[in-house]
Order: sequence, then structure tokens, then C-alpha cells
Amino acid sequence: MAYISNTPDDVRVMLDALGLKSCDQLFADVPERHRFPKIDLKPELSEMEALAVLSEHADRNTPASSLSFLGGGAWNHFIPSVVDALASRGEFTTSYTPYQAEVSQGTLQALFEYQSLIAELTGMDVVNASHYDGATAVAEAALMSVHASRDARKKVVLSRGVHPYCRSVTRAYLDAMDAIVTGDDLDRTPGELAAQCDTQTACLVVQFPDFFGRTFDLDGLAETVHAAGALLVVHVDPIALGLYKDPGSLGADIVTGEGQPLGIPVSFGGPYLGIFACRTPLIRRMPGRLAGETLDSNGRRGFVLTLNTREQHIRREKATSNICTNQGLMALRAAIYLSAMGPTGLREVAELCYHRANYAAHQIAGLPGFTVDFTTPFFKEFVVTCPIEAESLVEGLLPDRILAGVPLSRFEPGRANDLLVSVTEMNPKTSIDTFIEALSRVASVNGKEQGAR
Amino acid sequence: MRQSLPPLLWETSRPGKRATWFSECDVPKTEIPSGLVRDDAAHLNLPELSELDVVRHFTQLSQTNYAIDTTFYPLGSCTMKYNPKLNEAVAGMRGFAAHHPLAPVAASQGSLAVLHELQEQIKEIAGFAAASLQPAAGAQGELAGVLMIRAYHRDRGDKKKTRILIPDSAHGTNPATVTMSGFTAVEIPSDREGNVDLEALRRECDDTVAGLMITNPNTLGLFESRIEEVISAVHDCGGLVYGDGANMNAILGVVRPGDLGIDLMHFNLHKTFSTPHGGGGPGAGPVGVGEKLKPFLPGPIVERTGDVFSFHTPEKTIGRLKAFHGNFGMLLRAFTYILVHGPEGLRAIADNAVLNANYLKKLIEETYPVRYRRPCMHEFVATPPDADGVHTMDIAKRLLDYGFHAPTVYFPLIVKEALMIEPTESEGRETLEQFAEALLQIAREASETPETVTSAPVTTPVSRLDEVRAARQPVLRYRSRS
Ligand SMILES: Cc1ncc(COP(=O)(O)O)c(C=O)c1O
Repeated sequence: MAYISNTPDDVRVMLDALGLKSCDQLFADVPERHRFPKIDLKPELSEMEALAVLSEHADRNTPASSLSFLGGGAWNHFIPSVVDALASRGEFTTSYTPYQAEVSQGTLQALFEYQSLIAELTGMDVVNASHYDGATAVAEAALMSVHASRDARKKVVLSRGVHPYCRSVTRAYLDAMDAIVTGDDLDRTPGELAAQCDTQTACLVVQFPDFFGRTFDLDGLAETVHAAGALLVVHVDPIALGLYKDPGSLGADIVTGEGQPLGIPVSFGGPYLGIFACRTPLIRRMPGRLAGETLDSNGRRGFVLTLNTREQHIRREKATSNICTNQGLMALRAAIYLSAMGPTGLREVAELCYHRANYAAHQIAGLPGFTVDFTTPFFKEFVVTCPIEAESLVEGLLPDRILAGVPLSRFEPGRANDLLVSVTEMNPKTSIDTFIEALSRVASVNGKEQGAR
Repeated sequence: MRQSLPPLLWETSRPGKRATWFSECDVPKTEIPSGLVRDDAAHLNLPELSELDVVRHFTQLSQTNYAIDTTFYPLGSCTMKYNPKLNEAVAGMRGFAAHHPLAPVAASQGSLAVLHELQEQIKEIAGFAAASLQPAAGAQGELAGVLMIRAYHRDRGDKKKTRILIPDSAHGTNPATVTMSGFTAVEIPSDREGNVDLEALRRECDDTVAGLMITNPNTLGLFESRIEEVISAVHDCGGLVYGDGANMNAILGVVRPGDLGIDLMHFNLHKTFSTPHGGGGPGAGPVGVGEKLKPFLPGPIVERTGDVFSFHTPEKTIGRLKAFHGNFGMLLRAFTYILVHGPEGLRAIADNAVLNANYLKKLIEETYPVRYRRPCMHEFVATPPDADGVHTMDIAKRLLDYGFHAPTVYFPLIVKEALMIEPTESEGRETLEQFAEALLQIAREASETPETVTSAPVTTPVSRLDEVRAARQPVLRYRSRS
């Protein structure tokens, strides 16, 4: 059998040593009537056969290319070759959580560096060693805010501009705490939301750039939120922070983010990286692992997991969270990515996203029947109102292998014609122009059909 | 193993170095709203490095790690089995890795087929009626499970059920999950055989009990020999039984938790189905459920109609626990792993994992006592030999000098000085014998030259680290000295 090192001879020697005749005898504690059931699965495949079966599945997908304009919480960004080359090293991939620090310094130092890089990017003091994804990070930030008030404040004000999945996950997590989640029934500006914060409010959660791509100015927001005694949570796209002001400088207390753009493939939704950062006074309430610097018995610098008394393996039912396994390898990818990009590379990527997205938006707005709302500036995503239903438009472009965007109707009832379009450094002008041309074709064909009806 | 750590990224940074380059902007530029942009004073202090700097840095870091690929890694409860390279090749296929989660369902049939088939495999392997692949890891699977228990009782109008029972041998995530889900955790002692104390359990069973969380085989590496009575006791008082599936490796093809009456369970795909642990994750923690909990599953799940796959949200779902569709890349690896095993291969995993553990136990138990004198499953909990001043931690550290990763230490909490050893099915007899020999040698050192053991490790890039200092004066990020 594949992946088993014992030969039949070994098995015999070992059974003999144990005074047993067969492996079956090892399982005498298992209730007899349920022992050794028939498992109705297909017989084993060879490695070659498995590769063929899986390639066939892979070929039935339409993966992202330069003609993909899909975003909405996962984006097609360039991954420098060093990221895969280094992150796929077996010493990183096949090690466990660094419980034995002396033989896990590679993982620990990389996590410490990840924490430092993200602290720099977000303007926060402390960053944990990763959370499951952006959505669970938002949920835990809301939970942490409630706990930080010693459960005295049970209202969480959530912007409609926070990704709908982040909002649903937050609701699922907070349901058990009997907390109230409000604010996202309508599309409100951050300022309007801050005005809703009262003595019952644990935190306000906003997203930057928001789900619709908009970059609302958050200046002054923290003051209003803090005046009500609440915390400000800002959920970010880390690529944007190569260009825009960091939430720390704007007074945020907790910063969460979806770290996928930092060198992680879109991979149908995971594994991704939950960014979780906060200010020092909140540190004891923070969920998840933390790598810290210390000295060894010879006075040399080394790294360990620290402040463990917050965690489940020490505090059990009193832990700040139940999280154990996190997304360590994804944090490593982000660290490699950010080291390779440096401040200049990250800014260049962010600017390319910005200029190309704005170019695409203006081109689309010039097409008959299409409108783009330019009232609030945006970063790399924007909403297009199409002359036809967005779902049918997306379907219409699929045969050309163009992935036109995310129809908002999947999240927002009543917005059937709205399409969320994402443009990144992966979409050069030629691809954008091809996209525009295809849009005008689909729209005109549809326009004629509708006119004929 | 490399003997020193590279400097931190910032310590070798030089202005003007770079490792990536992009083409000139090819579209007309749009003015960027200046009030939103970082000003020069807020310049981003990321390191500036060449590509070679980056490669050397992370390669050198990797060389200071022990990993399954380099070393026997018998970390109990973690199932550190070999992670097949095939799975990495599959996860790297463009059709999967570059496939966007919000692509139209018609353009995603390959990924949906994988998810659907994995749901079916999991149901069949563990005896459940339905499964959701959403949870990101074991602990999140537990959260899904306990939230489902809560939703189930509420749906029946029963708000009296506020307590969840947990054996004292349980992993810390179990009680932490119970609190997060709004319940109170009640600890049940273990008996002298290492099973849940059935009498103590029965005493707690009343109409306030929402359920029991049980790990079987338990964290002592023992199969709960009265599992059916335990389950009936909880069912009889109207509670549900949650299975912590972390130890599923021992019972693949041996017994199906669903057949035993377990109502719901999470799987740790990063243990049982060998997706790499990645130095702490990512994992995947799908949940399987029996018929009555099906409507409460976290969504979406994948359904099949003829040859077409689509997403479906269960009618009374506890909601969504993660953006998109779970840790797809890990789910894909687990699916591949199950495909190349088939039913017979799965049974061979359990046979070899359990045989290896029993053989290793036999080789060392005269020197390293094991409290419970009965055959173990995939792991066992030993204790150090009698030697003045030599503790479990010392033995663990000395093993590192012998080129082995240490077992899990000081867990489960109910065994003092626990050394929890899980060899997995991947290792061959020679490795087990070499490891046993190292342990016996360390026992001799402990009595003859104890300082060799208490001052270990000496062959690693750093010696024992000051954890107290790390916690008292936390340094959690690099700060430039400027
Ligand atoms: C028995 C047991 N239960 C639960 C967990 C938690 O699983 P995870 O780390 O995947 O969250 C673990 C592993 O760490 C475990 O060993």
C-alpha cells in the first residue's frame, strides 16, 4: 500500500512481539456488532490514475486569466515565483504548530516577521499569527469587542459595506452571545453609522475599501466612535494599504483583513489568511497565537509562542477563543510576498490597480446603456449598472472565457442589473479593451432583442 | 540542521533594493484623492531586499525546522503522517488553484464535483447522513457542531438545556467551544481503565444536558470500551452526542462513529487525511451529521442533480462560518488521498497506525510506564522513568538532540508528566526501533548523567528558550531603532 513503510514481514515480526495473530485482534475494545463495517467507496487508484481523474475535474473549471474581472472578497493578483518556491519547502509545509521551539525557529521567526510586516502595514501594535480567513477575523473582532466591555455592551454596528459573507459569519458567531448586530439594513456612510453608536455599542465595523469598492474617508470616524465608548474595527484589503493611509493612523482599535491578495491563490475560496491586529491594551483579549522574541540559555535571540494564557490549551473554557490550528502557512506566504514586494512594489501594484480600474470604469460608463456611479472614489472595484440582468451578461461572456464580474443580485436583492467589477495589475489595457468590446456586443445584441419584443 | 538563524528581514534591508518589478502603467492615469493617501511621513517601513536576499532568508529559516519530511515527528493527537507529494501537485493544478470562488456555477463544475464527492466519501467512511465542508479546522468544526446542538434544541422549543458534558481527558478546544457557543462546560472524570466514568456521567445526565462531547479513541489513545452505554445515557436524557474526530485515524474501516450512535462529528482532514500542517495550518474540519441534524448544517453544501452540481443552503442552517466554500485546497488534497486509498487502503492505515503504536509501546513501557495496561489505539501516553529532577520536558528536549521531534508533552492533563506518542502508519519498524533505542538511552543518561538531559538540546540552532521572559516582556514585532 502507498505511503506505508512496513513490509508484510515487518507486520509479522511486530504482531509476534505482541503475541497476536492478526491486526484484527488489536480492536477488541470496539463493539463487535459494529466492527469492520463494509465501506462502500471506489477501489484505490494508482497515482497516475488519480492525476488523470483530477486533471479532468480541473479542466471542467474556467480558471481566472487576464480576462477575469472577478473580485468580491477574493482577487486575482500576481504571485511572484519566489512565493511558491519557498513556501512549498517541506520543512515549512510538513511541520506542526511550533510547540518545540528549538526545532521550529524557522516557522517562529517567519511568524514573528509576518506579525511585524502586518503591524507596519496596518499601523497596529500587535498582530496574531493568523486567523482562518477575513470573515472569521471580523467575527472574532466583534466578539472581542463585546468581551472587552465585559459583556456590558452587546450591540455591534456593522456597515452594509462590509462583505456580506463577513456579515453572515459575524451573525453566526454572535448569535450564541445574544448580541445584536445592526446598521447594515441600509447602505449608510461611515459617518452615519458612527452616529448610531451609543452606550450599548461594543464596536463599529467598517470595511476599507468597502465591498462595493468605495474608499470613504475615515478621518474623524474614530473620535465619534470613541466618544460613545465603543471600539472601531476596520476590515481592510492589505494591497490597498500600499497606497492609502493605514487604519492605525486613523484611530482604529482593531484591524482585520482578508490576506488572500498577499501571495495566496484564489483556489475556489481557501485556504486564505485572516489578518487580525489590535492595539496593545487589547492584547489579553486577543484570539489566536502570538510569536514573540526572547533569549535562549546562551543569550542568543530566539522565538517562542507566547502569552498562551489566553488560549484554549491553557485556559480551556475561559479561553478568549477556541482557535487552535490557524492558517500558518498562509501567513508565511504573506511574509514572503511582502518581503519580495517591499514598499515600492506594493505601492506600484496598488497604483496599477487604481489606474486600471478607473480606466475600465470610464470606458464602461461610455458604453450606451451602462452606468457607473462615480460619487465616491474607488480603489480596484466598482459597481456597473448594466442594461440587462448582470447574471445574463456574465453568462453571455462566458463562451469567450471572460469572467465579467460578480452579479450583486447574489448578495443584494433588488440589484439585478448591478455587476461588481474588479480590475487588478493582472488585467493589462489590452484585456480591459477586449472586455469593453465584449460588453458592448452583448449589450447591443440584448438591446435589439429587447427592442424587438 | 542549520546552526544559526538568519537576521530579521529589516536587519539586511537596504534602500533601493527590490525583488519585483512591474510594467509601466499602460492606461491614462486618474488623480488619486490626496486626503486618502499615505503621506511621506507615513512611509511604509517594509524591508527592501533583492530576490536572492529573500530566497536565502527563507531557505535558511526552513533549515532550522524539524518537519515530517526530515524527521520522525511522533506528536500525539496530531497525526503527523507523511503528506503525499501527489496532493500538492493536484492542489497546484491551474484549473483548481486559479479558480475564483465567485465564478459562475456553470464554470465551476469541476470544483463542485470534488466537493460533492468528498462529502459522499466522508459520510460513507464515518456513517453519517450529510456533511458540510465549511469549517476551517477542527476547532471550527466543533463550533459548528455545538451551534447545531443549540439550534436543534431551540428549534424544539427546549431552552432548558444549558450544559454540555466533557470528559476530563478532552482537548482544550472542546470546553473553549462550549463557552463560545453559549453553554456551560461540565467536566466528567475518567475511570481507572481510562474510560469516561460512566457512573459519574449518569449522575450528571438530566434535562439540562444539551449534549456530550467525546473523543474516541480518547486522548489517552484508548477506545472507550463502553461507548454504547455512554451514548445511550446521554440520549436517554434528551442530549446529543458530539464526536471529536481528531483520532479518526485509528478507526478507519474499523468502526463508523455514526453506527455507534454519535449524532455529529468533525473530521480533522489535516490529521486523518494527511493535508500538510504547514507549521500551524491551514487545516479543514468538516462536520458529518445524522438525519436529525441535517437541516441545521452550516452552508452552503453541494448537491447533485443528474450530472449537474449546485450549492444549497440547508433550511434551518446555523449560518455561514467562513467566506466561500471552506478551505478548498485542503479539501482537494483530502479527496485525492481518499481516492488513492480506497476502502482497503483506509483499513490498512488504521491497522498499521495501531500496530505501530502498540509495538512502540511494547519496546519502551518497561522503562517508560504506561498507566493503562491494555492495548492502545493509534497512540499511547507514557510517563518518564524514575530519575531525580528529570522531567518530561527534559526528555522531550533531549530527543531533539537525537534527531527526533518530541512527542506531545503534558497533555492530556489527567496524566502527570504525560508523554503522548503517536507514530502513525507512515513510519516503518526500523524507525520505531531507533526511536525506542533513543528513549532508552535517554533513560540511562537520566540516571547516570542527568545534566546531559536537563541541559538539552545542544545540537539545535538555539538552546532552551526563556518563555517567562517572552511573556513578561512581550516583544511581538520588530521595531526599527531609528
Ligand atoms: C483531540 C483534539 N480535538 C480537537 C483539536 C483541534 O483541532 P484543530 O487544531 O484542527 O482546530 C485537536 C488538535 O489540535 C485535537 O487533538
